Amino acid sequence: MSEVKILTGNQAAAAAVKLCKVQVISAYPITPSTSLTETLAEWIERGELKAEYVRVESEHSVMTVCVAAATVGARVFTSTSSHGLLYMHEQLHWAAGSRLPIVTCVVNRGVGAPWSIFNDQQDSIAQRDTGWIQLYCRDNQEIIDTVIQAYRIAEQAYCPVMVCYDGFVLSHTMMPVEIPDAEKVNAFLPPYKPHTFLSPEEPRNINPVIFPSQRRDDLGILRDGYMEFRWKLQNALEGAREIIVAANREYAESFGRDHGGMLWSYKTDDAEVCIVGMGSLASEATAAADLLREGGIRAGVVGIRAYRPFPRQEVREVLKKAPAIVIFEKNVSYGYEGALSADLKAALYGTGIDAPVHNYIAGLGGRDVKAAELAEAVRASLADIASGTRERQTWLNCVTE
Amino acid sequence: MPEKLFNVNQKEYILPGNRSCQGCGLSLAYRYILKALRENTIMTIPASCLTVLHGLYPTTSVNVPCLNCTFASTAASASGLVAGLAAMNRTDTTVVAMAGDGGTFDIGLQALSGAAERGTDFIYVCYDNEGYMNTGTQRSSATPIGALTTTTPVLTKQQNKKDMMKIMEAHDIPYLAMMSPSYPVDLYDKFVKAKRIKGTRYMQISAPCPPGWVFPPKDTVKLGRLAVETSVVVLYEIEDGKFRLTGRSKTLAEKGTRAPLVQYIEKQGRFKKMSMEQLGKMQKWVDGKWNEYLKRAEG
Ligand SMILES: Cc1ncc(C[n+]2csc(CCOP(=O)(O)OP(=O)(O)O)c2C)c(N)n1
Ligand code: SF4
Repeated sequence: MSEVKILTGNQAAAAAVKLCKVQVISAYPITPSTSLTETLAEWIERGELKAEYVRVESEHSVMTVCVAAATVGARVFTSTSSHGLLYMHEQLHWAAGSRLPIVTCVVNRGVGAPWSIFNDQQDSIAQRDTGWIQLYCRDNQEIIDTVIQAYRIAEQAYCPVMVCYDGFVLSHTMMPVEIPDAEKVNAFLPPYKPHTFLSPEEPRNINPVIFPSQRRDDLGILRDGYMEFRWKLQNALEGAREIIVAANREYAESFGRDHGGMLWSYKTDDAEVCIVGMGSLASEATAAADLLREGGIRAGVVGIRAYRPFPRQEVREVLKKAPAIVIFEKNVSYGYEGALSADLKAALYGTGIDAPVHNYIAGLGGRDVKAAELAEAVRASLADIASGTRERQTWLNCVTE
Repeated sequence: MPEKLFNVNQKEYILPGNRSCQGCGLSLAYRYILKALRENTIMTIPASCLTVLHGLYPTTSVNVPCLNCTFASTAASASGLVAGLAAMNRTDTTVVAMAGDGGTFDIGLQALSGAAERGTDFIYVCYDNEGYMNTGTQRSSATPIGALTTTTPVLTKQQNKKDMMKIMEAHDIPYLAMMSPSYPVDLYDKFVKAKRIKGTRYMQISAPCPPGWVFPPKDTVKLGRLAVETSVVVLYEIEDGKFRLTGRSKTLAEKGTRAPLVQYIEKQGRFKKMSMEQLGKMQKWVDGKWNEYLKRAEG
């Protein structure tokens, strides 16, 4: 039977890991992800969760343990934040390149220097090109449901998945969460079947040196070169769209909760301005949209749930009638603009959607972002757009002079 | 000794025609390591000459399962294999991590120390060719003083070698051994023994490298022997804290005959710029170690 509990985001994620019958967990402490893996360690020591917990000496080793354990057939999990994720960077490429269905919770936190333990999404955005699927959650219910879906997605797409959620804003904030029924989770998530099982019975060399072009094996069969491997990974991420959408749909059918597949939208049908964001900021934007509507501006919100693969088609569909677009995001691609803004504009290019797009960098390093401030920024942008400013990059609430 | 050679596992796990250089000390050692470990072994190896020996996708010259890993992650990769196998109830498989001196003394030290502290049940093998050979002979912390490398190309390496065995011994692990491919039976026996022991086992092999050390490929075995004769390399094992000289090193200790270091040095092009002062310093270093071992062997 499902039950409702008041949980933090990290507790919700831990509950999901338990329901997913994860077999190997490795983790290294970093705020604000620590309490998630501490909870798992406690459950394992108490015998409430049957899994190996490998307490390694660094995040580089954490992801290595995940890669190796998945290679011999175990379902694995880890969680990290900020510098921990950056320290994994080399291994993130190896996890994706090995096509292993590793699920990692990324509890988003700003990146130094200088130090900050507070939230933004620079850490996971900086890992954008490692070949991982990235899903962003807006609340604690979505966290528990998304971790369960993430294993389904990872094991069908043979791609690792990051489940990203905002540090403190969600990780340490309590909300009511419905914990799904274990039997139903078992039915939704069959046991992990590895594509390649490293074992002495059938010796093989995994991830050896490879040439640029195809080569024949001992049986004369032409095998992939480096580029073919890369292309297959790209194809797998593109193909993961359908898997993500199907996982969400089937999850909604079994558990009655629909978080949107690739993205979700709020009051966009008649919107004269669409606000776009990811994670908890997008949920804050729904409050801003309500404020704007009270003031007579028909605002809607698009919450990007899957950032990689990018919801190219879906944003075109949902934004096709939007007269104006305002993006808020907690990251920046230095020397350009917000990463989401750049990606979104690229998705709209050449489609005939010609709405002005304004980009706000907000809430870096945990700076508070209030719904009223978002609403105010949207109003300012609309005034600007009315006077002809099509593009704008602004750092919200940042004293730049 | 010849008697024992007949008992060595006759099966070959490395195919002839692999990609190591002619006269590669690492490949000699690896052949005997795999013979001693036999079936039901999983390897994990980082970037190194050993990766090259394993071959290019889609073929391999090695008939044991292997997970290639990144340079810094060898012991963590082994930890993951051990955990994964435990989760799959396959605890009878021997997990072996094998890396060069660069991947062990330098970039891989953190992961190795972590795995050893956790008492991870695996064998860690370091083949020590005293440099980053795969990237073209750069200095590592295992390079001896006075050696030319491409990153110490004019003045030679200024420092003595890091004592990795001591570092590993400080981890309080059940078994450590020093070996040379020039003494294959000693090496084989130690691996047979290591396979039976539980916990972290650290095995270090001095692997002469013709291009890196600059000597003719036909002299590999000879050079490995000279290293032992001069006690630059000492064959020993430490089992549950008990130190024991083995093989030729034990004989040398009993007879009290050691060749002067210069006999080993003069055979290698890498030492051609070694100064007398450096030679003296290295001889002192070698003597110091030897005397330490003698004392420990007496108990
Ligand atoms: C993080 C990282 N830095 C550098 C390299 C380049 N690299 C590959 S092998 C190697 C040297 C390996 O030296 P060692 O471990 O002594 O093994 P050997 O080549 O001597 O067999 C280096 C520096 C790498 N692969 N990864
Ligand atoms: S460079 Fe040295 S260690 Fe590497 S394969 Fe050649 S001989 Fe062996």
